This record gives sequence, structure tokens and C-alpha cells, in this order.
Amino acid sequence: MMESKIPEGPLADKWSNYKAKAKLVNPANRKKMTVIVVGTGLAGASCAASLAEQGYNIKSFCFQDSARRAHSVAAQGGVNAAKNYKNDGDSTYRMFYDTIKGGDFRSREANVYRLAECSAALIDHAVAQGVPFAREYAGYLNNRSFGGVQVSRTFYARGQTGQQLLLGAYQALERQTALGKIKLYTRHEMLELVVIDGKAKGIIARNLETGKLERHAADAVVLASGGYGKVYYLSTLAMGCNSSAIWRAHKKGAFMAGVSWIQFHPTSLPQHGENQSKLTLMSESLRNDGRIWVPKTAADDRNPNSIPEEERDYYLERKYPSFGNLAPRDISSRAAKERIDAGHGVGPMKNAIYLDFSDAIKTQGKNAIEAKYSNLFAMYEKITGINAYKEPMLISPSAHFTMGGLWVDYELMTTIPGLFALGEANFADHGANRLGANSLLQACVDGYFIAPYTIPNYLSGELNAQKIDISHPAFEEAEKTVRRQLDRFLHTNGTLSADYFHKKIGRLLYEKCGLSRSRNKLKEALIEIRELKASFEKDLRITGDNTLNSELEKAGRIADYIELAELMCYDALQREESCGAHFREEYQTADGEAVRNDDEFCYVSAWEWKGLNNEPELHKEPLKFESVELAVRSYK
Amino acid sequence: MKLYLKIWRQFDVASKGEMVDYEIDNVSEHMSFLEMLDLLNESLIQKGERVIEFDHDCREGICGQCGVMINGRAHGPLKNTTTCQLHMRSFKDGDTIYIEPFRAKAFPVLRDLKIDRKAFDSIIASGGFIGASTGQAPEANSIPISYETAEAAFDAAACIGCGACVASCKNASAALFVGAKITHLALLPQGKIEAPKRAVSMVKQMDEEGFGACSDTRACEIECPQGISVLSIAKMNLEYVKALTFRK
Repeated sequence: MMESKIPEGPLADKWSNYKAKAKLVNPANRKKMTVIVVGTGLAGASCAASLAEQGYNIKSFCFQDSARRAHSVAAQGGVNAAKNYKNDGDSTYRMFYDTIKGGDFRSREANVYRLAECSAALIDHAVAQGVPFAREYAGYLNNRSFGGVQVSRTFYARGQTGQQLLLGAYQALERQTALGKIKLYTRHEMLELVVIDGKAKGIIARNLETGKLERHAADAVVLASGGYGKVYYLSTLAMGCNSSAIWRAHKKGAFMAGVSWIQFHPTSLPQHGENQSKLTLMSESLRNDGRIWVPKTAADDRNPNSIPEEERDYYLERKYPSFGNLAPRDISSRAAKERIDAGHGVGPMKNAIYLDFSDAIKTQGKNAIEAKYSNLFAMYEKITGINAYKEPMLISPSAHFTMGGLWVDYELMTTIPGLFALGEANFADHGANRLGANSLLQACVDGYFIAPYTIPNYLSGELNAQKIDISHPAFEEAEKTVRRQLDRFLHTNGTLSADYFHKKIGRLLYEKCGLSRSRNKLKEALIEIRELKASFEKDLRITGDNTLNSELEKAGRIADYIELAELMCYDALQREESCGAHFREEYQTADGEAVRNDDEFCYVSAWEWKGLNNEPELHKEPLKFESVELAVRSYK
Repeated sequence: MKLYLKIWRQFDVASKGEMVDYEIDNVSEHMSFLEMLDLLNESLIQKGERVIEFDHDCREGICGQCGVMINGRAHGPLKNTTTCQLHMRSFKDGDTIYIEPFRAKAFPVLRDLKIDRKAFDSIIASGGFIGASTGQAPEANSIPISYETAEAAFDAAACIGCGACVASCKNASAALFVGAKITHLALLPQGKIEAPKRAVSMVKQMDEEGFGACSDTRACEIECPQGISVLSIAKMNLEYVKALTFRK
């Protein structure tokens, strides 16, 4: 069932070999086939547009009011590509190696190499679409270095790279919509996957404007519905980000992999109070010029500007001299938490560290810093009321990107034939930690360059399959399941809001399955999650009715989060090692560095749903490293 | 702080709406405006009442989904700020705040403060793109673009499509939104080729969606969270007139 389908041949030739042999669909037959794409972010919009251009009929779904709102829009920093424009030694291989190492040797070699290989073409394509990337005065593209790497390979459009890439993909999507090749369903949420004879053949979607349940059939289904970091409630993600599409597919037989690998972003704004709904991310590019420090003395309450140089602990520069403030995200986040937990945290809640630009302003001048980061400084002042040109920013780590997701093979197909998962919805490429600026890249590459080859390869085998009608009993059954759940939410008549449960599960996970985990805490969490689940079933209160109702939408997402949280804890408990974002307190060196265990855990954990109240079943995909040697990841 | 809120409630697109009074206590100055509405909704749930529906998502000022009229101003009193980035320190204890949806014929109210902005998507679909197919493209550096041009294109491309420009215009004109996209793409060499066709089709679609004409009051620029310049409207007019003048 879990055949990774990695093509034969040397690493550098695998993708070319695949493309050369992938089966095609005759243009005349493409217009007879329909593909459902859930999600309109970088992965979904790019996939929908690319397949529509080839001639397939696409049904595109998003829960937002417009395809342009997908959360890819919020990514600030940039997108990686091995162009070697700076002549500083970059290459496909180097980018591949950085990504494999950054992921702590827990990703597939072949996938990661393909990601690096396709990266250059993405920049070309985005420029052709009109993405206004930063330019040098001579008119050539500019780029910069980003967390975790030592070459300049990150292309950017001010601090809004995600927005500009997404607008490119969204515009391509709208172009195909006007041509009639894409039918767009905005304010629709996928609530169930329809599987017929073991293959994905459709979805049940709820029209969020009317509340009506709709049946949609297709020859293949693509989930590009993003990540589930919002399970922590306080996170850098948009409020609507959720796990429902992938979770419902999981309960229909698709395996979930690397579920507990969740990245905490090192540079977000700290929590300031109890009624806060999210943590705002500040671009990691700030670490190029900002220096991170805390007072050497614990509980030092002085204004940061009056703390003399010798009483400051630039702990990243001290502990990781060769990477310093640019150490990868997992290392930087954990180092911050370690200092905060040791009592050196700053700010009103003592939950932050300083990101200080005073040296950069002294050496480069305020104008240079303004030119690079003015929008970020303005945003910071808007939210906190503090001018960061005059005093250091307060920042802290927060839940961000999920490396885990649906297990997919090299073709990005899940364990359900005909069900594909793209971008952050799949587990592939990032291993146990994602390097900065690789997220936009993976989403775009999946949608623009990989799915357009692998989905037709699957569809070619479906040409002669019987067309499915939405009156099929499987649609009937799926719709009933959804209706039952919605009715249950509306009639529970408890006393607690959906948000109450979201905050509860978020806090529980943050404490017991967050930046660091331990056997005991995870075991406690499993018990507490079951209690919370029981409480959710009898204490939930949803007001309003079955038409447009944001509380009803939330309830379904939180029901899924609670189940997912349980799987996250199983996954974290079973993986008895520290790797990337997964830091198990039992497995660390005397000075607090992660200890990976390649002898026993060099595999991807893929979990199979075994029904409510049953433990999930673990399947292992061994990771084979032929082109790199597994090394201890050191940034010292 | 304690606040007195007057909020537009409307059951659906066909219903008549009205302003309804609410009181809210224990609002912290650090809360965002939407967090204040969350707090109010929590109290409505406790009373068993239907919550106030409002649009929002990223809460970082970039997705463009949020947006309400606050005391008659799109996204509230601050310059270049979305509703989600407006914090309660902009208000004081005892204030009365009027909260209404963005109003325009082309933006029907779906429920309470939620509106339908599909008209913007239709305008983009009519020509707001470069017709480059995916998969193959020339080497990026083979199209040099001057630093100044790339920056100017970015200034226009930064539009988040929230609709504040429409809501703050007495004619409900979408000229700033349309002008921003036309400007972004027409400035770049890749987008120049289609510029005449694009200008004509986008302007036509804008009219068909029911947006009004621009009468140059410049309210849109003042209320735009991204500070998009009204010069982009001039650019739109220039591209449009050029297209009609040189049309064969």
C-alpha cells in the first residue's frame, strides 16, 4: 500500500526519467475528465490553472470569499531557488543538501532533489507572470540569504513574497475560470471525501453562504488545503486554516505521516493577553540584520537600551558561532524557549526575547534598514505601539508550519488511489524541519511542475473507467455522515463555545506536544484529550441555524483538531529520538542538543485510522540515503 | 474599557437590516478590533443568541478579507490599516462605535457585516493577468526590469482587494482596485503586450458589475490600507484612452 514509487537511476536523473516515461492523456480525452482541487493557495491555484491549461475540467474549492485570500498570501520572506546569481557557490546539489540536512535527514532524497531542481524554473515562471521581485539597479533579479543557509538563494518581493506569488497563481486561475475550464466554488468547505471501489471519486462540500450540502464527482481529487498549525489556536496562521479536508480523507483511508513535526517560527510577536486570537509573524529575513539577545541576569527589568553590552547574552551567536542569528528555525526557536524558561524572558509577560537592530543601524545607516524592512517595522509599531528603530523588537517562537500531513508517494498520491495531496497538506520534502523560504517553493513546485505530470499519469488509467454519478450510494452515505454531524453540533445545547474548546486543545498541545515533548507529558496529554473529546460531545453550544453560521463551521474544524491532536501525541510518543522540530526531552546531549537515532528511527511514520477510540496503526517507510551521508546536524 | 456598540444586523441578502445596540466591558487596549468582536460574540453565545457574522481570516493585514465601516470610515480611524490591524488603543473608555458592512450595490450583504465581493474576481478574470501559460518560461534575467519600475509595479501590485476603496467612494467606484492591477501589469515588459486589451476588458467588466464612475474625490486613496496611489487611476485612464485611440 505504501509504495514510494521513486524512479530508477541516479538522483539527478530521476525526475527526468519519470517525466520521460509518464503516461499522457490525448488532448481530445482531457476535456472528458474532471479534477476536483480543494484549496486555492499556491499549491491549489497553480495546480488548477496548470491542469486547466492542459484541457482538463477543474472544480476549484475554497472556504474564503475569494480564491485570492488563501493563507499563502501572508508569507513574507521569500522563495528559494538555486540560480547562483550571486556566484557564491550555489547549485542544485547544494540546495538539495541544505534542505536534506535542514530537515534533519527525515525526508526522501528523491523528493528533495526534485524540489531543488525545479526551483530555478519557478522564478522564471513567476517573473513571466509579472511577479515584481526585487531587482538590482542594473535590472537583474536580487536575492538574499535566509535562515539556515550560507548562500544567497532567496528571491523576494519586499516583505510580501507570498502575496505576490499567490496573486500570480490566482490570476492564472481566474484566467482559466473566464475560459470556462475552471468552475470556482468560493465559500465552500469540503466536509467529506467520497471513495468508490477504493478510489477517490468526489467530495461533499458545504456551501457556507446557504448551508446547503453539495455532491461533486470527479476522476481525481486533489487536496491542497494547507497545514494544521492552527491546532495550537495561538499560531501564525489565518483563523480559518484547518485540518478538516485532510483529516476527513485520513478517516477514509489516507495515511497521515510525520504528524507531530510542527515548526515553531522563531520570529513572531509574543502573546500579550488571554483574549488574543493569533500571533503575528515577523519575517525571518529580519534575522539578517537583527541581533538576538536576552539580559544575562534573569528577571532583569531594565529598559533594553540601558542594559550595557557586557550584560547582554547574544545566545545564538554564542552557541552557534558559524550560523549565529541565522541558525535554522528549530534551533533558534528552541534556544529562545530555553532562555525564556530559564527566566531570561523579557516583555510584560516575560515570554519574549530581543531582536535588536541598533548595530545594523549604526553600521549601515537607518536608511538602509528602512529600505529593507520598513513595512515590517511599520507593522510592528501598529501592533505593539513600539518604534523598533529606537528599541529592540520583542519576539517569541510560535506554532507555524506543519511538516506532517497526508502521506504521499513520489507522484504526490496518497494511499487512496486518485487522491493527491499538494503543498503543506502533504508530508513530503521538509523532513522534520522546514528551512525558511522553502514553503512557498514546495507549494508552487507541487502545483506548477509536478502534479501536471503525475495526475495525468493517473488519469490515463481512468479513461475507460465507468463515470460516477452523484446519485451513487457512496455519495448518499457520505452526505448522510456530514448531515448527522452538523445536526449533532446544532443540537448539543451545552454551555461552551467552539472557541473555548479550540483554546483548550491548543494550550494542552503547546504544553505537552509543543516545542519540547516528553514521554510522561505525552501520556498525560492522551488522557486529557480523551476527556476534552467527551466534554466537546456534551458541552458544546452552537447558536444560530444550519444556514450561514461561522460557529457551526468552527465546530466541525475543532472536532477534527481534537482527533488530530490525539494522533500527534501518538506520533510524538512513538518517535523516541529528537529530530528537527521534534525535541524529546529524554534524548538530548548534556548541553541540550537534540540526539537523533538513525539506527532505529530513520523512517517516515505513516499512520492508519482504525476507527474511533481505537489506537491508530503505524506503518514505516524506511528512508534510504544514497547520495548523502547521515551527519549529526551541527550549526556550531 | 467599556464601549457602546451600534452594529448592523441583517439576516440575509433579501432582508432589511437595522442597527442594534450592544454594550461590552473589559476591553483591553491591546486587543485588535476583531478580537473585541470575538469577545462580544462569546457573550452572545452565552446568552444563546446568534453571533455577529463578520469576514476575516489572516488577521495580519494582508489577506484582504476583513473590513467594516467604523464610525463611517472604511477599516476605522487609522491610515493604511486594515480592521484586523486596528487595535483598541485607538478608542477610549465610554466611546460609542458604529460598525457597518462595506456598502455598494456590487457588494451585496450576505449576513450582518459579511459581504459578497465576487465582482472583484470577475474583473480580474476579465483580463487582470499576463497570459503566460505555466510550465515553461524564459530565463528570468533575460527580462531586465529597472529597480524603479519593479518598485513602482510592486506599489500597485500591493492591493489586497479588500474593497475599502469602493466602500469609501460616494459613487462606489472600483477605479482604484482596477487601476492598481492595470498599472502593475502595464508597467512590466511582460504585461505591456496585452495592456490595451486588458484595460478595455477590465473597465467594461467593472461597469457591468455595477460599480460607479470615478469622480476624483480621492477618498479611496485615503482609506486604502495599502496606500495605493490615485495615480493608478490616471494610468488606467491613460491605458484605456490609448487602447481606444489606437484601436484598429
